[in-house]
Amino acid sequence: MELTGSEEDALAGKHGEALASAYRILAAIGEATEATRLVPVKWAHVSGVNYNTIGDAGVQFLEEFAKDAKVAVKTTINPMGYDIGRPEGISENFKEKQAKIVSSYEKMGVRPSFTCTPYEVFDIPESGSSVSFAESNAAVYANSLLGLMTNKESALSALASSVTGKAPLSDLRAGKTRTPTVSIKADFPLQSELDYGLLGYFAGKVVKDSCVALEGIAKPSTIEAKALCAGMGTSGSCGMFTLSETGEETISFGKKEADDMMNEVSTAEDGDIITLGSPQFGIGELQLLASLVEGKKFTKRCLIFCSRAIHNQAARSGLVGAIERSGAEFRCDSCCCLTPYVTKEKYDAVVANSVKGAYYLNNSNKVKVALKDIRTISKEYAE
Amino acid sequence: MIISGCRKIVGGRGEGVALVTSEPINFLAMVDAKTGRLTSASHQLHNRSIVGAVLVFPCSVGSSVGAYVIHSLRAYGTAPSAIVCSKADITTASGCAIAKIPVVNLPEGTPLSTVKDASLVTVDADVGTLTAKV
Repeated sequence: MELTGSEEDALAGKHGEALASAYRILAAIGEATEATRLVPVKWAHVSGVNYNTIGDAGVQFLEEFAKDAKVAVKTTINPMGYDIGRPEGISENFKEKQAKIVSSYEKMGVRPSFTCTPYEVFDIPESGSSVSFAESNAAVYANSLLGLMTNKESALSALASSVTGKAPLSDLRAGKTRTPTVSIKADFPLQSELDYGLLGYFAGKVVKDSCVALEGIAKPSTIEAKALCAGMGTSGSCGMFTLSETGEETISFGKKEADDMMNEVSTAEDGDIITLGSPQFGIGELQLLASLVEGKKFTKRCLIFCSRAIHNQAARSGLVGAIERSGAEFRCDSCCCLTPYVTKEKYDAVVANSVKGAYYLNNSNKVKVALKDIRTISKEYAE
Repeated sequence: MIISGCRKIVGGRGEGVALVTSEPINFLAMVDAKTGRLTSASHQLHNRSIVGAVLVFPCSVGSSVGAYVIHSLRAYGTAPSAIVCSKADITTASGCAIAKIPVVNLPEGTPLSTVKDASLVTVDADVGTLTAKV
């Protein structure tokens, strides 16, 4: 990848250590993706905010980085570990470390969005704009549904783009790999957001390209699309799907494949608590849930994860009150993946609606998961 | 055995015992940075240590935060001495750029299994070579 004179200077440390680190990252990912040069991006969405994911080494890295780094473009950030307004059960150490992380990001000038669904909260740039999205569901969503151009960025590469305003022109951002060579064909009618999540998880596993064609499905609703993007982002490196093209090779996604995926991530029949989200709930999911639990009470504790912005919007329209009457509780600014609200010390198993959530609850939180869609959860656990 | 024509992703030189897998790695979900061990029971490398090894795998998948896990490996002294991929992804490349772990891609068409598990391997990313003592 060719760098301009001023980019070379920054890489050599002439504008401070943070920018030098940022250009080292861009140079490495430029080599990895065979980029020709760096191009401006309009928006960076950065992951690596939750203390449970980045740990003490991450806290220290960000403190050091924030000493001389400032965002160069609009920058939004992923959820943190917990809702500061609901600190019950969160350790003092966690709160202290989480506060340090948030303070480092704020010092850099990010918008404290704490959301994994920035596409539901912020204005979307015009189609064809280059962005740098680290959160994998958001990257897939941006490429597939919003016409934005991003590679499936990492926490550190999106941070590098945030402070330089640039990203490598390569792969999905260059447009070269936005044509699929493989189609995944759904051979049974997908019924719920869970089915879409399983399709995404399957596609991510079997497709090694950057873009996959999906056949046999209608245009997904926003709820279904979010689940599809999250599933795909979890299992693989594929960063885009298209419904309007077909690949040269077709792979079937039948009942057997769906069951195989389900058996991998759904590891329990039932759970002690319900977690809804991953991606965080938007107005669509909240409206659906409110209609399903109207006049009913949850028989188990139920945590709903959503962004502060969506919660505020839903509170004004009465949706929050309607859902809270069922006994469900909101947790803002956080999500069910790697949250300290859900630990193996507290729970043996969790009921969840998200394939991505289930993957991380199993592998990182080390709790078993009973995976069910929103309608089934409402039917079985609200009466 | 020498494999030349490797593509440099992150420069540097590293030597260690090869730890080879044909399965991708999700660093966030599968690697315990404090111990440097693979914790996923379903992975080929379950319970193996990557500390000081030359880690040979296709690419990383899943969470974008895996880049921080790679950085943590350096901070906790559990980093591999080099990484060899079929096609290094953005998470691996960016994490290793900060952790200063040399990374190369094998030449296109060279299977990862060309590198024998447990053999002593030297990776020189700047020159683009992988040398194995059999």
